[in-house]
Amino acid sequence: MQKLERKMRVLVAKLGLDAHDRGAKVVARAYRDAGFEVIYTGIYQRPEQVAEAVIQEDVDVVAISSLAGAHLTLIPQLIGLLADQGVDDVLVLAGGVIPEDDVAALRAAGVAEVFGPGSDLDEIIRFTTEHVQRA
Amino acid sequence: MPNDERKARFAGVSDREVRRIYRPEDIQGFSYDRDLGEPGEYPYTRGVQKTMYRGKFWTMRQFAGFGTAEQTNQRFKYLLAQGQTGLSTAFDMPTLLGYDSDHPYANGEVGKLGVAIDSLKDFEILFDGIPLDQVSTSMTINPPAAIALAMYLAVAEQQGVAWDKVAGTIQNDILKDYIAQKTYIYPPTPSLRVITDVMAFTASHVPKWNTISISGYHIREAGATAVQELAFTLADGMQYVEAAVAAGMDVDEFAPRLSFFFDVHNDFFEEIAKFRAARRIWAKLMREKYGAKNPRSWMLRTHAQTAGVSLTAQQPKNNIVRTTLQALAAVLGGTQSLHTNSFDEALALPTEDAVTVALRTQQIIAEESGAASVVDPLAGSYYVEHLTNKLEEETFAYFDRIAAQGGVVKAIEKNFFQQEIADSAYRFQKRMMNGDYRVVGVNAYADPNEKLDTRLLKLDPEVQRRQIERTRQVRATRDAKRAADALFELRRASGTSENLMPYILDCVRAYCTEGEISGVWRELWGEYREESVY
Repeated sequence: MQKLERKMRVLVAKLGLDAHDRGAKVVARAYRDAGFEVIYTGIYQRPEQVAEAVIQEDVDVVAISSLAGAHLTLIPQLIGLLADQGVDDVLVLAGGVIPEDDVAALRAAGVAEVFGPGSDLDEIIRFTTEHVQRA
Repeated sequence: MPNDERKARFAGVSDREVRRIYRPEDIQGFSYDRDLGEPGEYPYTRGVQKTMYRGKFWTMRQFAGFGTAEQTNQRFKYLLAQGQTGLSTAFDMPTLLGYDSDHPYANGEVGKLGVAIDSLKDFEILFDGIPLDQVSTSMTINPPAAIALAMYLAVAEQQGVAWDKVAGTIQNDILKDYIAQKTYIYPPTPSLRVITDVMAFTASHVPKWNTISISGYHIREAGATAVQELAFTLADGMQYVEAAVAAGMDVDEFAPRLSFFFDVHNDFFEEIAKFRAARRIWAKLMREKYGAKNPRSWMLRTHAQTAGVSLTAQQPKNNIVRTTLQALAAVLGGTQSLHTNSFDEALALPTEDAVTVALRTQQIIAEESGAASVVDPLAGSYYVEHLTNKLEEETFAYFDRIAAQGGVVKAIEKNFFQQEIADSAYRFQKRMMNGDYRVVGVNAYADPNEKLDTRLLKLDPEVQRRQIERTRQVRATRDAKRAADALFELRRASGTSENLMPYILDCVRAYCTEGEISGVWRELWGEYREESVY
C-alpha cells in the first residue's frame, strides 16, 4: 500500500539542442503545484541522458518539450533506448511546436499524447493523472 | 470597485494594473525640455532622429533562414524583390551552438530552425548575387558571432567590397543567453573577451557595423514583463560598456555602435512607453554615469520584433491582426528597424505567402496609416507619459536590485533573472487559465470544431544529408596545411590577450569550419552549464 500512496513522479525533459525552455518550466511548475514530484532535466540533454534519468529516478511520466523541430528524430530514439532497458510502463508525453502531421508518427512510436501550443495546464495534469500506470 | 465597470481590475499582458483615466496630476512635475526634449536631442525620449520617418521609413527587416544556404538565399532575394530594405539571418541550432552539421548532436536539427552554416562555402552561397555594399545584414548569433562576422567580411572581400562599406549587426549578446535565450557555449569571462575583441576590431576596420545587439526580445519571450525586459536589457548594456572600458577602450570609441533589440508585445500603450523610456534611460546612463561626450553614444537605436509568444496556433489568421497592432506600437515607439512575425509561426517556419503578408503589414503602416508622418505623436498623453515615467522608475529600482546581487554576472550565477522570468511566465499562464487574461481563439471565442486549413512550410528531409556532404567535400578539398596552421595560430592567440578577429578571419578564409573554430575554444575555455530554476 505504501507504494501506491507515493507521489507520482514526472521527469520534464528537453532533448537535443533545443533551448526554448519557457514551456517546459511552466509545465514543470504546474506538475509541482498539482502535487507531483518533479525532476526537470534542463536543456541540452542527449536521449541517453534522459533515458538514464528516467530509470535512475524511477519516474511514472516523462514529459518532453520540443520546439526546435527535432521531435521525430529524438523522441523515438529516447523511447527506443527505454525499450532496450526493458522500460515500457512509463507514460510518455510530448508538447511544444509539433505539426499535426507528425502526431501520428509520434503516437506510433509510443507517445501517449501530444500537447500543442495553447494547451491547458489543467488538461495536461488531468490526462497525466488518468493515464499513469501505477506499479 | 466601481460597480459600473466590467471587472474589478484592469491589467494587460505584463499584469500592470491601470486606472480608468489619467490626468495632469499623474505626471506632476513633468517638464517638456527635461523629460522629452526635441526629437534627435537629449534625452531622445521622442526619437533618435530629428525627422524620424519623415526622413526615411524604418528598415523593414524580416528574419529569415531555413534549410540550406541555397534555399535561404532564394528567400532573401524574394524578400528584397518585395521591397524589404534589410536582411536578417536565422541560423539553425547546431550553427548557433558551434557544431558542424555532421556532429552527432546535430542529427535531426540541421536546417530546422534556420539555415545550416558550417564553412565559408555556405556563406558564399547564402549571399550569392547580393552585393554587400547595397544591403545591411543582421545576423542573430551569439557565441559564434565573431565567426559569422568573419565569414561575412570574407564574402565582402571576394565581392571586392571594402569593409568600410559593409553595414549590419551581429547579435553577439551572450548575457541575455545566460538569462533567457540559452544559446550559450563558453563561460562568461572568455565570452565577454571575444565580444570586446569584436568591438575593438570593428571600431577600426568595419565602422558601419553594429557590434552587438543588446537584446530584450528573448528575455520577454521567455516570460518577462515589459519592465523586466527593459531593466534586464539595459543592465546587460551597462555590463558591456563596463567590459569594454575595462578592456581599455574609450566609451565614445565603441558606444555609437551599440544597438538594441526589443520585443513589441500586446499591450499597445505600455509598449510605446517602453521604447520611449528605454531611450531616455540609456541617454542618462551614457552621459551621466559613463561620461560619454559624443551624442551618438547617448542614442539608443533599436530593432523591434513583434511578439512570437503572442501568436496562437488556434485561428492562425488572427495573428495578422495581433502583429499589426504590435508593429504599429513599435512605429509609434520610434523603432529603427522592424520584423513582423508571420501568422503561421506558432505552427512552423513561415511560408513565402505568410512572410509576404507580414512584410505588407509594415508597408501598409508606412504608406497608408499616417503613423509615419508625425514624430512621436503620443507625446503629452497623460497616460503615455505616466507609463513612460513609471517604467523608468521601476527600471532604476531593478538596477538597484541587480547591483545588490553583485552585478549582472553574479545575478546570473545566482539565477536572479532566471527566477524572476520563470515566475512571470508562470503567473501569466495562471492568468490565462483562470480567464483573467483572455486570448481570442484560445480561452475566449475558441472554436471547438476548428480544423487547421493553413498550408505549412515543409522542410526538405534531404537537407541534412546534402549539407553534410558539402561540408565533408570542403574539408577534403581545402588546403589542409593552411587550415591546420590557422587553427593552430587561433589556439595560440586565444591563450594571450591579442585581438582574436584577425585569427578568426584567417581560419575562415582557410575554410576551417565553424565547429572546428568553436572546438578550439570549447577545449580551451570549457562549456558553461546552468542549474535550471523554474
